[in-house]
Amino acid sequence: MRKFKSNLIVALCGASVLLALVPLAMILFYVISRGFSALNWAFFTQTPKPVGEAGGGMGNAIVGTLILIVIAGVIAIPVGVLSGVHLAEFKGTRFSSMVRFAADVLNGVPSIVIGIFAYAIIVLPLKRFSAIAGGFALAIIVIPVVARTTEELLRLVPGGLKEAALALGATRAKAMFSVILPAALPGILTGILVALARVAGETAPLLFTAFNNRFFSTNVTQPIGSLTVQVFTYALSPYDDWIRQAWAGALVLVTMILILSIIARVATRRLERMARG
Amino acid sequence: MPIIKTSEDRALRLGTGAFAVFVVLLVAGIGVVLTQQSVLSIRKFGLAFWTRSTWNPVSGEFGALPFIWGTLYSSLIALLIAAPIALGIAIFINEISPLKLRQPLSYLTELLAAIPSIVYGLWGIFVLVPIVRKLELLAPEWLKKVPLFTGPPLGVGMLSAGVILAVMVVPLTSSVAREILRGVPMTQREAALALGATRWEAIRIALGYGRTGIIGAVMLGLGRALGETMAVTMVIGNNPQVSTSLFAPQYTMAAVIANEFTEAADELYLHALIEIGLVLFLITIVVNALSRILTRRVVRA
Amino acid sequence: MDEVKITVRDFDFYYGTNKVLHAISLDIPKNRVTALIGPSGCGKSTFLRSINRMNDIIPGIRVDGKILVDDVDVYGSGIDVVSLRRRVGMVFQKSNPFPKSIYENVAYGLRINGLRDKRKLDEAVSRSLDRAALLDEVKDRLNASALALSGGQQQRLCIARALAVDPDVLLMDEPASALDPIATQKIEELVFDLKKNYTIVIVTHNMQQAARVSDRTAFFMLGKLVEYDDTRTIFMNPSVKLTEDYITGRFG
Ligand SMILES: Nc1ncnc2c1ncn2[C@@H]1O[C@H](COP(=O)(O)OP(=O)(O)OP(=O)(O)O)[C@@H](O)[C@H]1O
Ligand SMILES: [Mg+2]
Repeated sequence: MRKFKSNLIVALCGASVLLALVPLAMILFYVISRGFSALNWAFFTQTPKPVGEAGGGMGNAIVGTLILIVIAGVIAIPVGVLSGVHLAEFKGTRFSSMVRFAADVLNGVPSIVIGIFAYAIIVLPLKRFSAIAGGFALAIIVIPVVARTTEELLRLVPGGLKEAALALGATRAKAMFSVILPAALPGILTGILVALARVAGETAPLLFTAFNNRFFSTNVTQPIGSLTVQVFTYALSPYDDWIRQAWAGALVLVTMILILSIIARVATRRLERMARG
Repeated sequence: MPIIKTSEDRALRLGTGAFAVFVVLLVAGIGVVLTQQSVLSIRKFGLAFWTRSTWNPVSGEFGALPFIWGTLYSSLIALLIAAPIALGIAIFINEISPLKLRQPLSYLTELLAAIPSIVYGLWGIFVLVPIVRKLELLAPEWLKKVPLFTGPPLGVGMLSAGVILAVMVVPLTSSVAREILRGVPMTQREAALALGATRWEAIRIALGYGRTGIIGAVMLGLGRALGETMAVTMVIGNNPQVSTSLFAPQYTMAAVIANEFTEAADELYLHALIEIGLVLFLITIVVNALSRILTRRVVRA
Repeated sequence: MDEVKITVRDFDFYYGTNKVLHAISLDIPKNRVTALIGPSGCGKSTFLRSINRMNDIIPGIRVDGKILVDDVDVYGSGIDVVSLRRRVGMVFQKSNPFPKSIYENVAYGLRINGLRDKRKLDEAVSRSLDRAALLDEVKDRLNASALALSGGQQQRLCIARALAVDPDVLLMDEPASALDPIATQKIEELVFDLKKNYTIVIVTHNMQQAARVSDRTAFFMLGKLVEYDDTRTIFMNPSVKLTEDYITGRFG
């Protein structure tokens, strides 16, 4: 009886793994099959057609997403990495546990709320939606991830390395920036890459910051289109062609994120092996 | 040579500290700014904002009860579905599966976390909702008298939202739960096994040892579900009503912000939406802070 | 000659492809204390954990040969590992109480076996605590957390917990190595008392301890059983030079 119960629960645990893989398989299947058939050259090069007209593409939105990511990276990388350095180097202090806690809390703040914050800080004073506001919102999402990743990777650097540098008369700052940080850099870069890839999939914080734009735009003080917002708009539209393009957009998004995560996965695995020696 | 902190070390501390302060300021800033931007609504409606269910932008009457209800209800459903599955996954990968399968399985389940919420939403509208509608059509008449299952079978509604949230929450909860299980000393399971415990009984000992952390893992999932926006708004039906029915189209806090923010023509309307955002912020902070405390204590011990 | 409780014949053990026990053969007598000694890494723990098949939880292990407990091959087909482990109890090097009350720790093995009767549970708990020489120290706070006990008390609690399911064999892997001298002495006295009712196999790194508590001693080296005899013989008059060198401390 006890044996039976044990085996039953073990089987149920196995079943829950399968159960979780069902939606994964379904999503990938639909995104690939529906998205692929709607992909064409125009999708990458053209801008959306006026309401109801078939054809056109998401070229502007793809560029827009890239611009937003660059803005987010420019803001988030220095703040995230240097906060991470602080957390790793001064780990015992009360201040750093406060920062760590704040980073963890920030990580859990819904992205829509972060969108409101960016709206209040940037859109309201400038009196218009802008790529800057969208990028800023995304940056806030990226910062805690980068900070914590940096901290963790710096801690993985063998302590001997730091001691060797200090023993040679390097200051703490020198040791950090010339020895420890470079040693952890490949890992930190992959971490940043993954964080930026993930944030490229964000929609909610862009809705009322970057807003949307049917045309190609590289002006960061103007509203800008993005893949995610464009997919959202098209998904809820009544036009078949737009819905097909929404799937294509989803495919592009998923492909981009998966490729980056896989690269990061392989890279971290290799790094771990190197760290172990 | 006296051992003193060089000025360069001071600079390191202060220089990097300045950026770290930014992280703390962001959290505080969000709270302050959202409060500032919702004063009109807070002043005008007070606590009644959270107990009234009229949401009428035209007449300027704003009651957020349906949204907080929808948020809590959908998250609860998501947790009821996701928690056992996530735990099952964590147990399977950590305690049962052969070593060789561990990496690929955990990678696959974590892939679920990498899929953007808009893609979940797209899948939700065109794949999940039709399936749910078919299931709802299958519901026998007697079942439809139960308050949980009343109303027309639309597909969009609370059930679809709960399911999609569950799928989205599983990877986070299961990966944290795995972390917790990994922190449970092997000797705990061995002690149980040596007393003649079955495999499951030994796993239960491990779960018991890490129970605070496991609760934390589930709460982390809750925090995620509460704030999830796009996928939910695409399948929940966006109808501000308080209903116990799983079939009924409802609304959530995050969804109403996403849908109405750019339409909010007057300031009171905008402030009412931001007040919803403020409360969502506060709720998720409490939930996340609690879960961090719970998970951290165990991982440290 | 004593009655034999455990018979080991040509027992080999592999972690993956790494063979760590080579053709071990020995007879462990009933109601006696048998000590396993030998340098670190020679396979004492592996051997001990083979007797109640605790090694089964390690992936990739393989065994050859036989271990018979009461003439039944524990690696034979149709063996129920769960009930084997109930009959062959184990105490670990580091005490590992569950984060539950003292009472619940001791009652655990009985509870999972379906014992619900409160009176019987109470009885078994205090009997086991008594046998483990812990009852007097904890009888007023059975509901206190086991983690609040001292290291030595925790280890005796683990012994009580193992005794509660009423095994006939008790395997102990360096049960006192993490304890101070006084707590160690208590455990040794306990082992001495317990052999009236149990067959005990104990791993120890402490030569005096082996000499004090055991009746038989087995000396392992590099995964081989070098010598196995009465403890007095092993310590006073070993027949193998290696054993003598080890005991007199002439090598690690
Ligand atoms: N889980 C394992 N996987 C692989 N090899 C192992 C494992 N456990 C032990 N070994 C190897 O098996 C050999 C015997 O180990 P064992 O723990 O049985 O030695 P021991 O005599 O108990 O040592 P000690 O006195 O240090 O406790 C050692 O070479 C060890 O490296
Ligand atoms: Mg050992």
